[in-house]
Amino acid sequence: MGSTLKELFRDYRFFFAFTVLCFLLALALLSFLSPYDPTIWFYVPRDLPASSQHLLGTCSRGQDIFWQATFAIRNSLIISVIAGVVSRVIAVSVGLVAGYRGGMMDRFLMFISDGFLVIPLFLIIVMLAMLIRDRMTIVTTGLLLAVFGWAWDARVIRSQVLSLREREFTKTAILSGTGTLELVFKEYLPYITPLAFSTLINNMSWAIGMEMTLSIVGLTNMDIPTLGTTLKWALNYQAILLKRWNWLLTPVVLSVLLFIALYWLSVSISEYLDPRSRVQRVGGE
Amino acid sequence: MFIRTYLVPRLLQYILVIFLGITIVFFIPRLAPTNPVERTISEIRSRGTYLDPAHIQQMVDDLTEMYGLSGSWLQQYRDFWVRLSGGDFGISFFQFPTPVIVLIKNALPWTVGLLFTTTVFSWVFGNIFGGMAGYAHNRRWSKALDVIVMFIRPIPYYVFALSLLILFGYVFRRFPIAGGASIGRTPSFTLSYILDVLRHAFLPALSMVVLGAASWFQTTKLIVQNVNSEDFVQYAQLGGITEGKIMFRYVIRNAMLPQITNLALSLGQILSGALITEVVFSYPGIGHLLFSAILTGDYNLIMGIIALSIVGITTLVLLVDLIYPLFDPRIRYR
Repeated sequence: MGSTLKELFRDYRFFFAFTVLCFLLALALLSFLSPYDPTIWFYVPRDLPASSQHLLGTCSRGQDIFWQATFAIRNSLIISVIAGVVSRVIAVSVGLVAGYRGGMMDRFLMFISDGFLVIPLFLIIVMLAMLIRDRMTIVTTGLLLAVFGWAWDARVIRSQVLSLREREFTKTAILSGTGTLELVFKEYLPYITPLAFSTLINNMSWAIGMEMTLSIVGLTNMDIPTLGTTLKWALNYQAILLKRWNWLLTPVVLSVLLFIALYWLSVSISEYLDPRSRVQRVGGE
Repeated sequence: MFIRTYLVPRLLQYILVIFLGITIVFFIPRLAPTNPVERTISEIRSRGTYLDPAHIQQMVDDLTEMYGLSGSWLQQYRDFWVRLSGGDFGISFFQFPTPVIVLIKNALPWTVGLLFTTTVFSWVFGNIFGGMAGYAHNRRWSKALDVIVMFIRPIPYYVFALSLLILFGYVFRRFPIAGGASIGRTPSFTLSYILDVLRHAFLPALSMVVLGAASWFQTTKLIVQNVNSEDFVQYAQLGGITEGKIMFRYVIRNAMLPQITNLALSLGQILSGALITEVVFSYPGIGHLLFSAILTGDYNLIMGIIALSIVGITTLVLLVDLIYPLFDPRIRYR
């Protein structure tokens, strides 16, 4: 474990991603110490510039931009974790079943996931979100995104299982009387876990982006501060035209940092897991 | 043999995906906890309009009829298909009484134009630069390009488009920030009108091309690095073929094949990106129309846009799949 971390930290991308994520996580945790309730408007004077009392100033809704941002990061992260974890459960089960059982089951499951890939999912999500708009909470947003975020990763996991099935140890296990469930959970899952983890990071990033997009078109609960709704409020109050950059750029900069950090984390981890690219990175080729 | 193993499964899948997609579009509003009729009426009421009970009943009936919600589900489902195949998506609510199909027809050329040009440009740029960077992956420019792409790649369409809008529309003020052409101009085939349209399309197109090319760049680079280590490349080098020829004729050409399949698979996401980019730049296409439909709760329009997008994208995917054998002799002669 120690040597793994050591090698990962040698990659500047991992180092950057790790630092940024720690910083953002610290911001999210700060929200628990916030002196203000994020759902209340006009608790401070409106449109103040940055000062020692209000680190990033205040917005036109009379809220402190800094503390509002801590809530936004926390909620966006919660949504993405819900979406990521639940869709991983779906992706891993579909991938395992399709890859191991093969035959009709495989064809059926892959047809469904192909369909999910081809259909413009954003539109289907929009339609669903439109109908449950009043009941949108952090949890429902996360679950809604989870239902649609598994297709590609299920394919990736399936192809991994397909190659595992051809390996020697599978035959040894079956011939020595290991049951299907035991084989899949004890022998295959250790191979699948790193893959599931690196796709989890990408999926979280996708979920955060999707939440922002849904908020911008007005399909999430605007009372819950997330990166998306914070940005939407700024746009609603014409922050661009009024050049209220501290308000507008806070969610933009934070989300861009978050996207880059998550992406670099996943790239450096998956490169670490794939020995071929590790050799290329070190320059051994 | 080619027809049975390649053509028939794809046609079958095409039909099945459309069937599945349209069926989902049919069932979502019917399975949801609130139905569109109740929503529409409560929205009208929330705007402060007084409605007497008799009127409300009349409206409920009319709206039920308008949304195709009368009769049993089986009947509705059959009607839904009959209407769709005739191109009838009902009447728009937010631009009453214009038929949905007319609104879509007016917006479609903008989206198709934007989508087509940006997809082609980003695919070509991304593949060529990615291929070159992958072939020469130890050079300094290749590494620099890689780092730039690493910054751009993870940013979602919306955030990237908004950043460009702020940068070029407000800080540098080089380009128009909204619309498809200057207000008050009538469409014509004059040079000045076309230039005007291009100027308006520049920022939305730029944001889509840069994001798209970044993602193609990375996949091509990976594929090329793998092709690079194959025997035939080494053989060609030993045989004294020039590097440029090896790179373009043999390596990049081979790497582009899987990218055609990837293009088919990502068309749906590219469309989603185009729609959201249109919202940022108020570009008068389908995405902007969808945005207005969401704001006004216009279900017929939303369902029309979604149904058409599903049919359009799956047809495009089928077309890409069908022309693929032209590029890959292994499939043609199998």
